[in-house]
Amino acid sequence: MTIFNFFKPQRSAPVARDRLQILLQHERVSAGASDLIGVLREEILAVIARHVDIPKDNVQVKMQRGDAVSTLEVEIELPNPIRRRQTDTKTAAA
Amino acid sequence: MSQVLVVTSGKGGVGKTTSTAAIGAALAMNGNKVAVVDFDVGLRNLDLVMGAERRVVYDLINVVQGEAKLQQALIRDKRLDTLFLLPASQTRDKDALTSEGVARVMDELREHFDWIVCDSPAGIERGAMLAMRHADVAVVVTNPEVSSVRDSDRIIGMLDAKTAKAERGEYMEKHLLLTRYDAARAERGQMLKVDDVLEILSIPLLGIIPESEAVLNASNVGCPVTLVDGDSAPAKAYIDAARRLEGEEIPMVVPMERRGLMSKLFGRRAA
Repeated sequence: MTIFNFFKPQRSAPVARDRLQILLQHERVSAGASDLIGVLREEILAVIARHVDIPKDNVQVKMQRGDAVSTLEVEIELPNPIRRRQTDTKTAAA
Repeated sequence: MSQVLVVTSGKGGVGKTTSTAAIGAALAMNGNKVAVVDFDVGLRNLDLVMGAERRVVYDLINVVQGEAKLQQALIRDKRLDTLFLLPASQTRDKDALTSEGVARVMDELREHFDWIVCDSPAGIERGAMLAMRHADVAVVVTNPEVSSVRDSDRIIGMLDAKTAKAERGEYMEKHLLLTRYDAARAERGQMLKVDDVLEILSIPLLGIIPESEAVLNASNVGCPVTLVDGDSAPAKAYIDAARRLEGEEIPMVVPMERRGLMSKLFGRRAA
């Protein structure tokens, strides 16, 4: 250690803060993720099913975590021909 | 109305037991009837920090199992007659703490005390979960250090999900108690600052306890730091924290330990 190092202490706290912020963002998402995906899947399915007849397992919800942004991928297969639900038009007419 | 307070952290060695004793004593000094309850079955230490280690006859597990009455197990503090300790068992298995049994004891404590301060064991296992289970308010003890902050974040998540209050859909009140803080080192960029920790954990600040010799001195003699010398920097910080818990608005100060020039130049501190 030189005399210059002695007078210039290492500023390690900003590194600690940045590491924690990145780590905890990821941990918070993964802690709630299993639950979140399930909830999203059910609710998306419910909205689609109100308008279109779809089998229950035709909705796929995936979450991909990236450094800057995370993406939510929703894939819904609609069997051909697309069958509109009749209930909507009935309630609209009533 | 009685309040159940859990002192928790996730990480061990950050000052849960010290803080439980200090806050419990400070609340009792303000005229409250206070019970401090040790949930650390098998590794009890609150009795030692409170200086009551030779007076333990019955413990929390005896009461939970119905082998002793609550009044038999409670130890009245020799210095403050409104402060009581319910010690943990040192020999029994922690599985003897049943969820229903703990609920019953907490209900009984609520009938007799203004404040019930629960000292949580470290970790996120059964003991820690039972300690926070019936709390109305939580104090999350954190050191300005990466592993402690990470574990506190985890515990905050559990307070919001696993407590009886959270399960009823109510908001769980949480406060941050930053311990072993060294303002000078934080200023030099060598330690996380108060604002850094607050920004990361985003819960309100209850107090900043400075790193101080007074804390070790207090546990050496078996007396809550707030009772040894009310004028020491950590004692003042704990007394203010206790008053904030009671709803008082007290301006937050970053405590500085006064050190003489000689001790600055030659003094060494334990890590």
